[in-house]
This record gives sequence, C-alpha cells and structure tokens, in this order.
Amino acid sequence: MANLLEHIGLEKERLQFSWISSAEAGKFAKVATEVANTIEALGPIDKFVKKTD
Amino acid sequence: MDSLTKKIREIASNILKEGKVEMVIGFTQGTIPMTSKPYMARTPEQTENFIWDRHCTLNLANYITGRKEKIGIIAKGCDSRNIVNHIVENKISRDQLYIIGVPCTGMADKHNPDELRDNCATCTHRNPVIFDIMAAEPVEEQKLDDPFADVKAIEAMDKDAKWGHFQDLLSNCVRCYACRNACPLCYCPTCFVDESAPQWVGKGQNKTDIQTFHFLRAFHCAGRCTDCGACEAACPMDIHVRAFTRKLNKDALDLFGWEAGLDMTKRPPLDTFNPDDPNDFIK
Repeated sequence: MANLLEHIGLEKERLQFSWISSAEAGKFAKVATEVANTIEALGPIDKFVKKTD
Repeated sequence: MDSLTKKIREIASNILKEGKVEMVIGFTQGTIPMTSKPYMARTPEQTENFIWDRHCTLNLANYITGRKEKIGIIAKGCDSRNIVNHIVENKISRDQLYIIGVPCTGMADKHNPDELRDNCATCTHRNPVIFDIMAAEPVEEQKLDDPFADVKAIEAMDKDAKWGHFQDLLSNCVRCYACRNACPLCYCPTCFVDESAPQWVGKGQNKTDIQTFHFLRAFHCAGRCTDCGACEAACPMDIHVRAFTRKLNKDALDLFGWEAGLDMTKRPPLDTFNPDDPNDFIK
C-alpha cells in the first residue's frame, strides 16, 4: 500500500507500520514519537486533501 | 467466415446439444463496426450469433460471478486467468464450467485498429491457463525485455511530477464506474463508493473523491489483477485506468513473485502468510 502511495506522489513516510504488544509501553512511546517527528518534518500535506469551500 | 469463429460456434452448439451446459457466454457483433458485446447463447441456434475477432476486448469472466447453472465460457488468456481467480475466490466452482480456450494474439486498440492495445502488447499469457477444449492450436507467447517500462518511467519521476501525472490522468473522469462494472474483480455486492452508511467517499465530481475512488479500487485489485484491460476498454473518457493496477502488478511480482490467476491450487499472496514475506516496512 505504501508503495502505491509513493507511486502517486504522496510521501511514503506518512504511512507507517509497527507491531507492538500491550506490554511494550516503552516501544509504543518510542514509535509514536518517531512517527510524530517524521510527519512534523514532512509538514502539512498539500495533496489529496478535499477542499470543501 | 473466420475459422476460429466457426470452430467456436461448432463447439458451443455441440455442448449445448449434449446438455453439458445450460448456456454459453461469448461475444457477438456490437452495434457499431469494430466493437463486440458479450452474448449468452442458451440454444444451439443462438450460437450462430457468436463472433471472434480482434475487438473482443471485454473480459467474460465478469459474467460468471455467483451463477448457479452450468456454463460454457469462451476464454482468451486473460479471461482464463480471471476464471482461475473466480474459482480461487469461491465465486464459481470448476465443475460448473466448460471452458472453451481461445489462443489470442492480442486485441486491437480502440482508436488505432491496426495496433495492439496497450495491455496486449505487454501480455505474456496469450494462451488460456485452464480449458476443457481448445478452439485452435496454442500461439507462441511473447518474450518481453521489460514488461513494466511504463511503470518504471513513473517511478523515476519526483513526487510532484508523479502527483501531477495522476491528476492529469484522472482529470477527465466522469465517475460512470464503467471500469468497475467491466472489471471481473469488482464483484462486491455493494461497492465502497455506493455505500451510504458509512459513506466512505463523496458522491460528486470533487476531484479528491474521484482520486479516492481510483486509488482505492486499485488497492482492491492488488495481487488479483490480470491486466486484461477491460477497464480501459469500457472507459468512455479513455482514461489509462491500468496505470494504478500496473504498479501493483509489478510490486506483486517483485515482492512475492506472483502473477494473478495462473494456478488454481495457490492462494493469492495477500491472503496467506509466509515467513519469507518481505517485512522490512514494520518497525
């Protein structure tokens, strides 16, 4: 799925996958921070956004 | 009369007479020259309406979904692969079908009848993969140096160029859903675009909604598309709908070594787990 996103010109990094057990609180916090940082670095998306006005 | 057409009529008429099937699905002449339309013959006399030429562009596997009777079906390479898909996905059982295999040398382009249409030019499965009887000797398969040159050209673009490319591609779409209706994979009783509770996607001509329809429909075909070209044959606006599924077909081949509809005994890659599946995208 990420490959097709990239193919149509969207950043692949906006879609991330991870496998975290409910017992892995540390890993969850780490992954969530990483995801947030990646997305922040990419900035707001300007493509594929439905404008309602 | 073309000998292949004659042979198809003969076989179809025989299996109806012998009671092997209750109907035969094939093609008949369209309402304008150089077109064809699907045709169901239920009596031996009706088989006289069958034709076979270079304009039989639709995929007949589309018409067997969920049917209960015994069916004879005329299948070129891609139709036969979609029949395999249907059997694997439990949309019909093998013993309901009598498959009349027709080796195919490619269908004509809608606008340049002397040229092969795009998906036939890159086809490497011209002979039916399953059949009960062949209407002619198998033809030689094409050997291609690079079947996915078109996908690679898009992959080489930067992200804004890619986005621009697909925006242009879809700018003419009128959302008639002809591509979906012609597609043998699109057999959901209610398509996600027609759902109203919840409404996954807007119903209007908003360009983001149009893009959503095309991207999501492509995802639903991942690992299943046989590149039969029925979507493009049906499109009244000449949109290159296959641009999306082509990429997914390339990924299925690169990641899983998979081409859809070749083997009745194998489950599709997105339906099974294999310890060797690529998993480097999971953190």
